[in-house]
Amino acid sequence: MSRILNIVERHTHHSSRRQHSMTMAIMRKGKQFRWQRKHLIGLRDLTAEEIHYILDTAQGFEQISTRSVKKAPPLRGKVVVNLFFEDSTRTRTSFALAASRLSADVVEFTMKNSSVSKGETLLDTARNLESMGVDIVVIRHNAAGAPKLLSRNINACVVNAGDGYCEHPTQALLDVYTIRQMKGSLEGLKIAIVGDISHSRVARSDMWAMTKLGAEVTLVGPPTLMPADVGRLPVNTSYSLDEVIEKVDVINMLRIQFERLGGNPFPSIREYSRYFGLTVERMQRAKPDIVVMHPGPINRGVEMESEVADGTNSVILRQVANGLAVRMAVLFLVNQAAAETPA
Amino acid sequence: MKVILDAEQIDKTLRRLAEEIAAQTSRADDPVIIGIRSRGEILAERLAEHLSRRLNHPVPCGTLDITLYRDDLNAPQSADQPLVRTTEIGFALDDKTVILVDDVLYTGRSVRAALSALIDLGRPKAIRLAVLVEREGREFPIQADYTGYKAEVRPGQFVQVNLIESDGKDEVVVE
Repeated sequence: MSRILNIVERHTHHSSRRQHSMTMAIMRKGKQFRWQRKHLIGLRDLTAEEIHYILDTAQGFEQISTRSVKKAPPLRGKVVVNLFFEDSTRTRTSFALAASRLSADVVEFTMKNSSVSKGETLLDTARNLESMGVDIVVIRHNAAGAPKLLSRNINACVVNAGDGYCEHPTQALLDVYTIRQMKGSLEGLKIAIVGDISHSRVARSDMWAMTKLGAEVTLVGPPTLMPADVGRLPVNTSYSLDEVIEKVDVINMLRIQFERLGGNPFPSIREYSRYFGLTVERMQRAKPDIVVMHPGPINRGVEMESEVADGTNSVILRQVANGLAVRMAVLFLVNQAAAETPA
Repeated sequence: MKVILDAEQIDKTLRRLAEEIAAQTSRADDPVIIGIRSRGEILAERLAEHLSRRLNHPVPCGTLDITLYRDDLNAPQSADQPLVRTTEIGFALDDKTVILVDDVLYTGRSVRAALSALIDLGRPKAIRLAVLVEREGREFPIQADYTGYKAEVRPGQFVQVNLIESDGKDEVVVE
C-alpha cells in the first residue's frame, strides 16, 4: 500500500493522472482523507479529523502573509462576496484580505448600501449575486441558520462568518489554531471561556471545536449570561472566575457586547469586571504559561486590564494574524470541494 | 517493475550532479538549493551537502511547496486532493542563483508551478534546474540544466523515485 501511495504522490501533478485511475480507486477505498464540504456552516457538524485538516492546511498559508509578494494564485478568476447583514470590521476585512491573497476578486455587500433595505429577501439577494457569477458567499446574519438556508438554495459555496447566537466557525478555527501553535495540541488542555456566553456565537463554535479536539472546556460567567441549554452542552460551567483561574491552560475572554445586552444582566460594568475581568492580580494566580485570548475588539478595563491584554501571555494579535491563514485555508478548501463536485 | 538506479548509483549520480553544478557555479554566484516537495526536498538536502563540501562553504537549502501554483486545482477530474503544505525557505532569494531540485522531470508542469512560486518569493539572479531522472513527455518548454539519469520510458510507464527518508529505501524504478 505504501508503494501505491508513493506512486500517487509522485504523479499527482502529471497530466497522465487519468491512466492511474485504478490506483486512485484503490486509494479512495483506503484511509486517505478527503475534504468534501463546499460549505462551512458550523463546527458542530465537523469531525476532529476535518478540523485538523483545516488547521494543517492553514499552516501552508501562513507564510504568504510574510513574504514580499503577499499573493498566491489558487482562487484566480473566482469571485468572493462578503454578504454582511450585521456590522463587522475585522472579520470582514480578514475575509476580504484572505480572498485577495488567494487572487480572488472580492465584492463587498453590506446592509446599509444594499437593496435589503428596500425589502429584498436574503434568498433574492443571494440569487441575484449568484447570477453575477459569484463563486463563494461569505455571510454574516443576525438570524441563526441563515447560512444554512442559503447553502440549500444556491450553488455557490457558503461560508458562515457569524449567524445569530449560533456559530462563528472561522473565529473558533483561528482560536484552536492559535492554541495548537502555542501548546502543540489541545488534547487534555483545560480551557475557560469567560463572559457573556449566552450572546456569544464565538463561545458556541469554540466549545464545539475545542471539545472535539480533546480539550476540557469550562464556561464562566454570571448566571444571567449563561445560555438556557448549557446543561445539554459538553462543557462544565462555573459562576466564579476565581474558582477556575488557577487551573486553566488557556483562557478566552469574550467581549461584553453592550449592543446585544437587553435588561440588566449585571448591576454595573465595574461589578462585572470585579468578578469576571482578567486583572493583573488574577494573572498572578494563573499558571505562568497560561495563554490569554480575546476575539476582539477588547473593552479595555472591562474584560481585561490593558496590562494583561498587552502582556506576554496574550496572543490576541497572533489570533488576528492566524485568522487570515485560517480563512485562506477555508476559502481554498470549499473551492476545492466545489471544483471536485460536478455541478 | 525494473530498477534503473540502485542506492549506490543514486549516490554516485548526486555526487556527479554536485560536481557539475560546482564547476559552473562560483561562490560569487551565491548558490542556494531549493527542493520541490516532497522527494525533491530530500534530494536537495543531499545535493546541498555535497555542494557545500565542493565549494567549501555552506550552501543554504530550502523546501518549496507548489500546491497553490498547480494548474489543475480547479480541474473537476482531479482524482487526488492536493494537500497544501509549508514552504520553508529561511533566506532571501534576491540576487541568488537558485538550483531548483526535483526527482523526475516529465511533463514540466511541476517545474512551471515552481518557477511561478519562486518569483513570488523574490528575484533570483538565475534559476537552474537539476533533476535526478528525466524522461520524455514534456508538455511545457522546460528543460533541465543538470540531469542525473535519462530514462528510456514508454508512454504509460511510470518512473518512481524511492528515497530512504520517505520510502525506506533508495532506488529508482520503472513500472
